[in-house]
Amino acid sequence: MSKTPQQTLVGIDVGGTFTDIFVIDQLSGQVSVHKVASTRGREADGFFTGVRLGVSDLSEIAAIIHGTTVGTNALLERKGAKTGLITTEGFRDLLQMRRRDRPSTWGLWGQYTPVVARAQSYEVTERVLADGTVHTPLDEADIRQAVQQLLDANVESVAVVFINAHANACNEHQARTLIDSLWPNKHVSVSSELLPEIREFERASTTALNAYLQPVVGNYLRTLDTRLHSEGFNGEFLIVQSNGGLMNSEAAAQTPVRTALSGPAAGVYASAYLASQSGFENVITCDMGGTSFDISVVADGKAALASQTSVDFGLVIRSPMIEITTIGAGGGSIAWIDPEGMLRIGPESAGSTPGPVCYGRGNDRPTVTDANVVLGRINSEQPIGGQLQSLDKKAAEAAIARHIGEPLGMDVMAAAEAVVDVANAVMAGAIRLVSIERGHDPRQFAAMPFGGGGALHTCALVREIGLASALVPRYPGIVSALGCVIADMRQDFVKTINQPLADIDPSALESHIEHFSGNGRQQLLEAKAEFSEIEVQVSLDMLYIGQTHSVDVLLTQVTQLDETIISAAFEKRYLQVYGRLLDNVSTAVINLRVAVIGKRPKFDLNVLAPDNKHSLEQAQRGTRPVYHGGSHHDAAVYDRLRLPTGCSINGPCVLEQADTTIWIEPGFYAIVDKFGNLVVRQQ
Amino acid sequence: MIDPVLLSVLRGRFEQVADEMDATLFNAAFNPIIAEAHDASHGFYDATSGDTLVQGKFGLPVFVGAMAFAVRAVIQYIEDNGAPDDGDIFLFNDPYDGGTHLNDFKLVQPIFNDGQIFCFAASVAHWHDVAGNVPGNYNPAATEIFQEGVLIPPVKVVRKGIIQKDIISILAANTRLPMSMHGDLNGQLAALRLGEERLQALITQYTAATLHEVLTELRQRAKAQMQRHITELPDGQYHATDYLDNDGINPERLTINVSVTVAGSKLTIDFTGTSAACSGPVNISRSTTEASIYVALKHIFCDVAANAGVLDPVDIIIPEHSLMDATSPRPVGGYTETILRVIDVIFVALSKAAPEKLNGCAYGTINALSIAGHHSNGSRWVMFSFFGGGHGGHPEGDGLSHGNAPISMATIPPVEILESRYPIRFTQWALREGSGGPGMHRGGLGGLYEIEVMNDARGFLFGERGEYPPPGVNNGQPGALNRFSFDGPGETATFSQRPPMISKMTGIELQCGQRVRLESPGGGGYGAPFDRPASAVAEDVSNAFISVQQALDDYGVVINADGSADDAATDAHRQRQRA
Repeated sequence: MSKTPQQTLVGIDVGGTFTDIFVIDQLSGQVSVHKVASTRGREADGFFTGVRLGVSDLSEIAAIIHGTTVGTNALLERKGAKTGLITTEGFRDLLQMRRRDRPSTWGLWGQYTPVVARAQSYEVTERVLADGTVHTPLDEADIRQAVQQLLDANVESVAVVFINAHANACNEHQARTLIDSLWPNKHVSVSSELLPEIREFERASTTALNAYLQPVVGNYLRTLDTRLHSEGFNGEFLIVQSNGGLMNSEAAAQTPVRTALSGPAAGVYASAYLASQSGFENVITCDMGGTSFDISVVADGKAALASQTSVDFGLVIRSPMIEITTIGAGGGSIAWIDPEGMLRIGPESAGSTPGPVCYGRGNDRPTVTDANVVLGRINSEQPIGGQLQSLDKKAAEAAIARHIGEPLGMDVMAAAEAVVDVANAVMAGAIRLVSIERGHDPRQFAAMPFGGGGALHTCALVREIGLASALVPRYPGIVSALGCVIADMRQDFVKTINQPLADIDPSALESHIEHFSGNGRQQLLEAKAEFSEIEVQVSLDMLYIGQTHSVDVLLTQVTQLDETIISAAFEKRYLQVYGRLLDNVSTAVINLRVAVIGKRPKFDLNVLAPDNKHSLEQAQRGTRPVYHGGSHHDAAVYDRLRLPTGCSINGPCVLEQADTTIWIEPGFYAIVDKFGNLVVRQQ
Repeated sequence: MIDPVLLSVLRGRFEQVADEMDATLFNAAFNPIIAEAHDASHGFYDATSGDTLVQGKFGLPVFVGAMAFAVRAVIQYIEDNGAPDDGDIFLFNDPYDGGTHLNDFKLVQPIFNDGQIFCFAASVAHWHDVAGNVPGNYNPAATEIFQEGVLIPPVKVVRKGIIQKDIISILAANTRLPMSMHGDLNGQLAALRLGEERLQALITQYTAATLHEVLTELRQRAKAQMQRHITELPDGQYHATDYLDNDGINPERLTINVSVTVAGSKLTIDFTGTSAACSGPVNISRSTTEASIYVALKHIFCDVAANAGVLDPVDIIIPEHSLMDATSPRPVGGYTETILRVIDVIFVALSKAAPEKLNGCAYGTINALSIAGHHSNGSRWVMFSFFGGGHGGHPEGDGLSHGNAPISMATIPPVEILESRYPIRFTQWALREGSGGPGMHRGGLGGLYEIEVMNDARGFLFGERGEYPPPGVNNGQPGALNRFSFDGPGETATFSQRPPMISKMTGIELQCGQRVRLESPGGGGYGAPFDRPASAVAEDVSNAFISVQQALDDYGVVINADGSADDAATDAHRQRQRA
């Protein structure tokens, strides 16, 4: 079929191991998915290989939407730019002071190295008080001197953080104007522009990390942008933010700290959408990779947002982001016996290099994947991902026998099953804790695995936690890339109010809301992407005076606001979170948050649905013995993508497809829904 | 033998339930000391001995050991007054029985199975205010517990599932912040409710007998692992002595003396030689002492599971009537200072046995500072906070700067939050240069805090380590002393005044515009300072963690004009000094 120009959307998720590409022709609905190896350190190469696989003529592309881990990796590997800090007199150590914490409860051997060295932190004369009053005006000579010293020290990027800048940013603005005239590049990050929110350490850390990432992420994105255009691309280049919304690549280059969870966020966003289309409003997404297991809660069709995260001890990013809890239990996590004689999983991992024992690349300590191979759940003759021809099952057996079976006095099959059981218990525990912390009853949720490994453990999670069911998307391996294509554009604004509700002038609040909405709309229009509608979400962070944890109060009405309306909205939300209101206590508004969301047209998920050209019998590849519950079962093996809509299959069986393997335990059954997703339940 | 897989799975499930109880209280609590600073803890305890079976990961470390005593107090109550009913919950804050101080309210619930007590679930949390002379109850001038707050012995706050409103009324009448009290109590009850529900589900799934077997086995294994750790230490007797500046009432120093004996797989920790109980509030009860020993050992051997097995191979000798064996009505409000010192002497004594396993001491004082006054509208304000300091250098590297106390995981509120709530302004919020104890691995830096009051106010300070600095280990040197100073009458930013009791003072009068300054201790160093590479010392100089003079005096490193180390001159100087 011939294509008219610019009707193709390309979602591209560059992960640690694979780069996934999802291409859709918006007119015909035709879809293609591709997977190439990521090129760590030269991410742009994998990016272009992937895009070229999906679309030969870049001029046909309307938009490329990109989920990236370049920022995350630069943070974890400490490969950001040499960064300086300019701050208020008396506060040179804002970053080093943190919030006076330590990395772990037990053991006092913590260490912390901030991304800005103390030698590159300079104080300037200026002071704003908590109420916004300027106590001391900015001394411009101090700024000039600090800039000169930073430049002399070959600092590439600078962060400006003044105390109480959330309450009055005038000194920071003045500093910005002056520094812009002195600094040789665009790498200047100012706290009140990035996060005009009370709490100096969180604001300083976010600003410093942004400065640290700007040169790295900025250069990466600008390189891609330039090369895309030189190769004929004339569409929109968009980046997924950690909150699952999109921004244009120039905005991302300026605020790279907002892309720290870009790829995973796209996956959760897509899962929420897929699940809701299949009638599941409450799911817990489980992304099992090589080294980690990532969990997110989607309640009432919406992914839970966290207000901040720590990339590592003391590296705090405060910016709305999809809440992802990570534990060290992936396919490559090593199983071992601790000094007490207990079987443990992780946190040490064989990763993807050298990888599990069965990869034959030098690791001889058994992993969760090795246990799945030994049990027959993973097909050692046809591994997923396409990088290896076969897996060394014998070596995996030997490793499990030696490291687990012998010390515990168990035969190799029982030991392999024990490894999987303990891994399941760890994952189940994390899911219970995450859901309880959010006040959810896990029994009302479905597990939704995406990524390569999760679907092997889905039934066990349902069983252990008492989840209602599981939903396995049709293409678990490309969910993040799919998320890129369906995500909405999003601009977030925050303003610290920090006043008792009774003292707040509602008309001032309304004018802030109007101002932010106007700004957001303007930015969306400039992005020239296509929107089906623009939605403005307004919320307030509120609490009872004296409390420190606020609740987020969504305002459904944003004009003709008054104390009663706001108070009612607060009480509704507070009741929901804590179950009871407090009498005779006044409330306060800490922050105003406005999100302007450009809804992008969604494509019809039916294009992913099975073609129903095969019967259930034709989909069956044969049988193989799978060890479960202490004995071997003769499990049917199916080609998952050939399963017709509406068919129901009983466990034990194994469903295989290019990017994942699904293990249906005895006592479970699975039904293929209209979009080709698999709904798994206990019989 | 019990199935090893079941053991691993159930260990995780138990810890998880305790973690969920922690999470429930943190979310529900009204009071920032619980909600933000996590000054609370949850766990399960043996039905007959009260020993710790399982403990949550997120609670306050010092409670982990103290809770067992709280449960024992309830077991004693049951012996004296008869068996409880299903649905009964005990409440009390008696620090002599249950450990720590009056703010820590313990809720203990027997969990029944087949009409028998299967185990106890317990929740402890720091309530904001429990009456007494000083809001928040840190009264450095208390000489009797009655001046510190209200003392409640074990009573049934819930009988057969029915909350006893008369007891709630007594509690509400004995706090300056009844709202906070209601919120915290409800949070603790919610945590217990969840704990019981989860535990009953486990019993249904696995049977009580299996759970018993698993819990016994877990303790056995913790004990065995602890014994292996002890066996690795060379046999011998190891001493350490440290001091408290004073008790806040009398100026004399107080001695904490420990001798640790390693004999095979057995450890004896003997505090003979420790000062007698004192007039001021730095006494601790026997249960608090045992809890501190538990914390010290868990920091050293952090891979051992958090249950009573940790102390099974340990004999503890606490001299009667010493300040570590306080009985009513000795004041105990400043218990934190004493337990930090107990932890320090154990670190130092064991460092003599196994330097490769120990770290330098942390800053060793919580520096409870409160500044209070009245707003222009006449309403009262009280800023109350604990301050941080340096952690000790350790075998893997330099100590953490500005960390929290080893007994707690609490964070400090942001400056901007404090400034927005109270008429104060921080003029310094910084690392205290030069405060880290010299060592091959340097101690972390303490904090330098300067606060200006923006209307007239009055200050209170409860601190320590003003005369005896945090020791280093393995030839590491001590960190800097705690130092508090403030403006005298009519002065501004001179900091000419010091407290008569070193780091403790009530009634510091401050006029609008006057300031106080707190310089907290750094951590002790690890290893000999002359073994620190000259380049690392030069980097410390470039970051102004130490001065050029300190580089020379403490580390024997000669710094060039361009900031680099002069290696030849350094070698020569170090050689001369060593000779």
